[in-house]
Amino acid sequence: MRHLMNPLDFTVEELETLFALANDIEAHPDKYAHACEGKKLATCFYEPSTRTRLSFESAMLGLGGQVLGFSDAGSSSASKGESVSDTIRVISCFADICAMRHPKEGAPMVAAGRSSIPVINAGDGGHQHPTQTLTDLLTIRSLKGRLDHFTIGLCGDLKFGRTVHSLINALVRYPGIHFTFISPPELRVPDYITDLLREKKIPYNEVIRLEACLPELDLLYMTRVQRERFFNEEDYVRLKDFYILDKNKLSLARKDMLILHPLPRVNEISVEVDDDPRAVYFKQVQYGVYVRMALILTLLDIHVD
Amino acid sequence: MLNVGKIEEGFVLDHIEAGKSLSIYHHLQLDKLDCMVAIIKNARSNKMGKKDILKVECDINTLDLDVLAFIDHNITVNVIKDGELVDKKELTLPKEIKNIIKCRNPRCITSIEQELPHIFFLADEDAEVYRCKYCEEKYNDIF
Repeated sequence: MRHLMNPLDFTVEELETLFALANDIEAHPDKYAHACEGKKLATCFYEPSTRTRLSFESAMLGLGGQVLGFSDAGSSSASKGESVSDTIRVISCFADICAMRHPKEGAPMVAAGRSSIPVINAGDGGHQHPTQTLTDLLTIRSLKGRLDHFTIGLCGDLKFGRTVHSLINALVRYPGIHFTFISPPELRVPDYITDLLREKKIPYNEVIRLEACLPELDLLYMTRVQRERFFNEEDYVRLKDFYILDKNKLSLARKDMLILHPLPRVNEISVEVDDDPRAVYFKQVQYGVYVRMALILTLLDIHVD
Repeated sequence: MLNVGKIEEGFVLDHIEAGKSLSIYHHLQLDKLDCMVAIIKNARSNKMGKKDILKVECDINTLDLDVLAFIDHNITVNVIKDGELVDKKELTLPKEIKNIIKCRNPRCITSIEQELPHIFFLADEDAEVYRCKYCEEKYNDIF
């Protein structure tokens, strides 16, 4: 039995198989519509995350399975003081697979250690959110046709952004990737990541303004710059517009550049950009469902001919 | 000059950094063993100036010495049998340590889950970095 705790739990070859399955589901959804009939997915969400939970539920329903679960700790027995180890042993009796979101880092790993059903980490605090990374990779692979040999710009809060760190860790396994980090100095990517890139001899550069690098990028991964991350209001006001993508800035970019965003978006991408064919962040949400469908099938070891 | 007699069977832990012997006494759980222990603090040392020494009279298979390497791998472990030195053990950093140190990350599941063992793995041998198995936070306390 296998679980998913970290995006790196799958080798590059295993990811290729998973993404090929996700693309087959996209192309032939009817073929998979009954693949999980009689199977149940438990969504154990100890903190609210409507988007991720609905994506998992949509994935299971799309496979003909059923879903049950809770969407915040208050409506679960955790509010009575039950441990994660006990909860998962109970849930194992109710469902065939579990997606767990928990504010405490490592909670899904504790669950996996006690579970008799596959556990998927659906986000544990600031630690990991592997299905978001799988979503990002599937989106790039499906729309670019490859996961190697491109320049990717990562823009916004690169210090605290867990999705950014996970994506970098996943992409360093592919050849020919160049990273461009676009952030205010306060929110630059942590040293352990630049150390890793230097050690692996992977090229990267850091810039403060988005315009400075836009023409070079094949992919732009946008994230939100939150006001509370800044040391003072003055710096926030001075820098915030550097990280807002609008039509003017986008005119500098290549015609085939893709814009990704883990969502929710606040104001870092102007609504006017949404209709541009390069804006793929809503397609990314759809790929999130396909990759979760492929993941559920893989972990349940269900094969569809 | 203080004199402590020879032991028949057990360990002499030498070259302990001065002041650390009590911490090692607790981490080796010597307080729970019914054996004779001599704790020598601030002994004169040519190499270190001052050092601590622990002499433990016990069956040589009783102690888990992995923790010693984590605390200080410069400690010399002399194994004594029939009153003679039979082995000097080289200490290497353990790959995993369990319930020796606690994760201090308040966001880690170990902060709330009952009876969950605190497990750290050796993430970087050269830099001697241990990380929590659950949240992967680095342990960077000086022992």
